[in-house]
Formats: sequence, C-alpha cells, structure tokens
Amino acid sequence: MMKARGAAAPFALWMAIFTVVPLGVVVYYAFTTAEGAFTLDNIFAIHQYAGSLLRSFWIGLLSTAICLLLAYPLAFSISRAKGRVQQTMVMLIMMPMWMNFLLRTYAWQSLLENNGFINQFLGLFGLHLNMINTTGAVVLGMVYNFLPFMILPLYSVMVKIDRSVIEAAQDLGSNAIQVFARVILPLSVPGIISGITMVLIPIISTFAITQILGGSLVNMIGDNIEMKFFGTAPDYNVGSALALLLMVLLLISMGIMNAFDKDNEGVTV
Amino acid sequence: MEKNPIITLKDIALSFDGEKVLENLNLSIYDGEFVTLLGPSGCGKTTTLRIIGGFLTPDSGDVFFGAKRVNDLPPYKRPVNTIFQRYALFPHLNVYDNVAFGMKVQKKKKAEIAETVERMLTMVNLKGFEKRTVSTLSGGQQQRVAIARALANNPKVLLLDEPLAALDLKLRKDMQNELKNMQKSLGITFIYVTHDQEEALSMSDTVVVMDGGEIQQIGTPLDIYNEPVNAFVADFIGESNILDGVRLADYKVKFFGRVFDCLDAGFEKDEPVDVVIRPEDINIVPPEQGLTGTVTSVTFKGVHYETIVDFYGFKWLIQTTEYHPVGSVIGIVLDPDDIHIMKKSRYSGMFGDYSSYSEEFDEMNDPTIDLVDDESTAAEEAD
Repeated sequence: MMKARGAAAPFALWMAIFTVVPLGVVVYYAFTTAEGAFTLDNIFAIHQYAGSLLRSFWIGLLSTAICLLLAYPLAFSISRAKGRVQQTMVMLIMMPMWMNFLLRTYAWQSLLENNGFINQFLGLFGLHLNMINTTGAVVLGMVYNFLPFMILPLYSVMVKIDRSVIEAAQDLGSNAIQVFARVILPLSVPGIISGITMVLIPIISTFAITQILGGSLVNMIGDNIEMKFFGTAPDYNVGSALALLLMVLLLISMGIMNAFDKDNEGVTV
Repeated sequence: MEKNPIITLKDIALSFDGEKVLENLNLSIYDGEFVTLLGPSGCGKTTTLRIIGGFLTPDSGDVFFGAKRVNDLPPYKRPVNTIFQRYALFPHLNVYDNVAFGMKVQKKKKAEIAETVERMLTMVNLKGFEKRTVSTLSGGQQQRVAIARALANNPKVLLLDEPLAALDLKLRKDMQNELKNMQKSLGITFIYVTHDQEEALSMSDTVVVMDGGEIQQIGTPLDIYNEPVNAFVADFIGESNILDGVRLADYKVKFFGRVFDCLDAGFEKDEPVDVVIRPEDINIVPPEQGLTGTVTSVTFKGVHYETIVDFYGFKWLIQTTEYHPVGSVIGIVLDPDDIHIMKKSRYSGMFGDYSSYSEEFDEMNDPTIDLVDDESTAAEEAD
C-alpha cells in the first residue's frame, strides 16, 4: 500500500505544479483587477457572454446527441462482431485520430467553403449551398472530431455484455425490442455516461473548430476565453472569470451525469 | 411416459465454417423425461441443446415441438427455458428482478409475479435474498437463481447446459439430487447436457451418448452401462477393458486365445467383435484356479483398489476391494454375464487397452512392447 502511494508521488508533484497552481492563478485573476485589487466586477461582467455560453451548451448538447445516436448502434454491432472484425473496426475508428485534428478540420473547411469541393460539384448542376460559417458546419465538425470518443467507451462497455445474458433474455420471452430495453440499454449506461462526458465537455469548451468552420458568425464560450487572452484587447481577469465559470458549470453537469451511473462502472474522466 | 414425443429432432445436420458439427441426428424426447446428452467436449451436445432452444438453426433436418415444426421459431416464442452454463444472470438486476424477468416481459400482474417469485425462491432455498444483487451471491446461489428464473416461466421443457460444471464436487452432488427431485415433483421434461458420465447415470431416465456430432447410443443408464454398443460408449461410460474377440456361435466368444461363455446372441458366425469386461466384474481367485497374471500397479481409490494386471502382455484394469501387491501373481475368473460383446466400429482399437494385446507369442515375448505398454497404461491411468 505504502509502495503504491510512493509510486504516485511523481504524478502528485506534476498535478501540484501544473494543475493546482495554475488553477489558483486563474482563481486569483478572476477575483482581482488588473492592478491586483480584489473585485467581483469580472464575475459580474460574465452576463455579456450569456448568449455565447448558451450557444456553447446548445451546440454541445446537439453534437453530443448526434454522436450518441450515430455511435450507439455502431458500437453495438462492433461489439457483437467476430474478434478480427472488431479489431479492424476499432482500428478504423481510431485511425483519423492519428492525424492532427486541426488539419482534419481545415479539410472540412475546404470541403464546405462557398467555392469548396462540394459547391464546385453542385455547381455542375447549377446549385449552391451556403454551408461554411453556419451552426450546422460547426456541429458537423464537432461530431466528426469527437465521434470516436463516443464510440470507444460505448464499445468497451458493450463488448463486456455476455452473449449468454442476451440469449437468456430471449429465452425468457423477450423479443428484440425488449432485449434492448431491458438488458442491453441498462447494461450500456456506464458507456453512455462516459461517452457523453468525453464528448460534451471538450465540445463546450472548444474554440478552434468554431473558428475554422464557424468563422466570426458562430462563436462559443471557448472562443471568447481565447480572445480575452490572445485577442486584440486582452483582459486576463475577465478571461479567467469566464474560464472559472465554465469549469464550475462543467463540474455540475459531470456531477449530474455521474448520478445516473450508480455503479460507477464507466470510464472515469 | 407418454407415447407422443414432446420434442423431435429429425435428420438434423449442422456445420460451422464447413466443419460438420452435427450429422444425421434423430432424437425423440418424451413428456416428463429426464434426458441427458452426454459426450466429450466438441461432440455436439451443446449444439443440439441450442438447436432445441432456438439459438441455432440446423442446416438441414427439422425440429418439432409436438407435431409443430419450429425450425424458424425464434427463442422467445419457444415454450422452453434454458439454464446456461455460466448462469447468465442479469448483472443489473437483483435476485427478485432476475426471477421476475420472464413474467415482466409477459406483462403478468404484479401480485402474480410476486407470488411466483416467492414460490420459486422458496423452492430453491433463497428466500430472503430478493434484494441482493447477483454479484454478491456464491456460485451455488447464482445457480439457484438461474433455476428459479427459468422455472418461473413455467416451461414445458427445461434445457440445462452443464449447469453444475462450475460448482465444486460436494455442492455438485447436492445440486444433482435437488435437480432430480425438482424434475420429479414438477413433472417437467429436463434436457440436460453434461460431459460427466457419473452425473448422467445418476440423474437420467434416458442417456443420449454423443461423439463426433453423432448419437452413439440412446438408452437407460443401465442399458448404456451394461450393453454399450461400441468401444466409445464402453470407454466413455465407466472404465472398460476392451479386447479383440471373435464371436464363434450364439453365447460363445473367443478372445485371449480361449473360448468363453457369454450372454450375447445375434451376431454372424465367426464375426470379429469387441469384448468389454468391466473392471469391477472381474473375480480374483488364487492363481491355480484361473487365468494368471502379474500385478504391475496398484492405486488406492478409497472404496477400492485399481489394480493393473499384466496377462501375457495385455494390461487389465481390475477394481477390487482386496489388496494385491505389485509383483504378486493372481488368477481371474470371468462369468458369462461379465462378458459383453459389441460390433466392431470405427472406435475399435482406440479404447480399453486392446491394441496392446497380440495373439502372436513372438510379440508377447518381445520386452520392448511391454515397456511401451507400461508407459501408455500409466498415461491413461493418469487421465
């Protein structure tokens, strides 16, 4: 036991220096003025960003829901496939993740642009679709980038569902829908929870994808935070307050989700 | 037992990836019977059970429940319930909900469900365990929940796939008795899959011995043991000394260079046969009164000694309560009803030590053959 604790020491040190201390710094900035005096003005300034915050949650929830709807049946069919097929499928899902996600998002940009590949093709038929710089384009980018993070936790929970448990349900008189509702769905809840956690939270706080696919028309809370630090008019104090707010909101939503995962069997993030 | 079979399998054949798993399988199961499918792993017994349960569809042949062909009936519509090898309890449900599962699917009334669950849990001695999650139960308790869950659906036929394989010996014996009693008192047909011949003999009304995807023999435990049809059955059910013989006339068989009286009739004249002699049937007498042999190994088994005796190069297994030390010379006598003859089959020569016997004295005098025999006998004993 003592040995195990000793082995965790380097990580504890790492956490202290690179997580706890920076967190302290963020809290300090959030509650001080540029001169270093205590103030709540930064917190009160947040209301200007309510629209962007709501949009973040809306895009986050929508993208996560789409990810879940796409990933669930796929993960289930992979988990029921033969061993070799499973390996190949998991490999194919992870492969895009080996490429830099900015690169992949820029690729979508060149596809969706007003004179991009899709519109060039549509142009042959005299058609044109305005896709870039819309919420739809941002959601598409989110789903595309985060889908693997939904599939993998679902798959890893589903693959553990014993075939004989499903057969037992059939044996006891359940048709396909009943097997799903009474056995497969409840047993995959931990995977759903960790999938949502792994997808929703990064989406809500992301900024690069919105900037590449949403331009200046679709901005999310992550974009605003980034602007406060690296934009034309930096304001570290308000930026920190926004970051702190986002963190608190995400902690709350994680807490709500974990309440559904009673057995705590899912991958904890 | 009633005249009309409750389940009939007709000319069933099934292959997985081009490999034949079942072939030419015909089986009738009658109402209220305890039928055991017995065989080594890979013999097709579980596959047969899964075909009855509806989890597999045969490539050819028909499955009948009563007079109704049910080949394409999905598992959930079949009036059978299964007890799976690893119990397959629902890990997200407690004991009560596991047992109630089938009734809830059928949308039975709450009061009726509660009453049945209580009755079932009382029957399997798990009253008071309703709220426990299944992962907190021992193997034996999980097994009981699985039994209660299957029987709560009031099936006509219960399929049991090696249900006791994961339990330790003592518990297994107890559960064997309990299952047998349950089957008798409920009057349900049990189709029981096992590779344990002792389990099969002690529980069943009918034993179906399978090997290589085919049925070798169907009969009562007594028939199977006393009148095995071939060397495989003789060897798989209990211990057997199997020798090469020639049936000279009805009730006369020649083996080991001598003619013996036996109780079997109905073979061709001078037909080569396999002769089975059960190790517990052999009578030991003083050397001057019978065939003589030298004891080469003795193993104490509790109830008896397993004594290996060398008769001119052929090693016999004899089970006896008397102790004869290694190296001692003993005599044996065979009564007519100790000798059972079987038709030659593809299993001839594979079991029962018979291959080490030769009528040619040259070979018998060859010391190297004895050495080889020693090793092979020892290896088989170790099994």
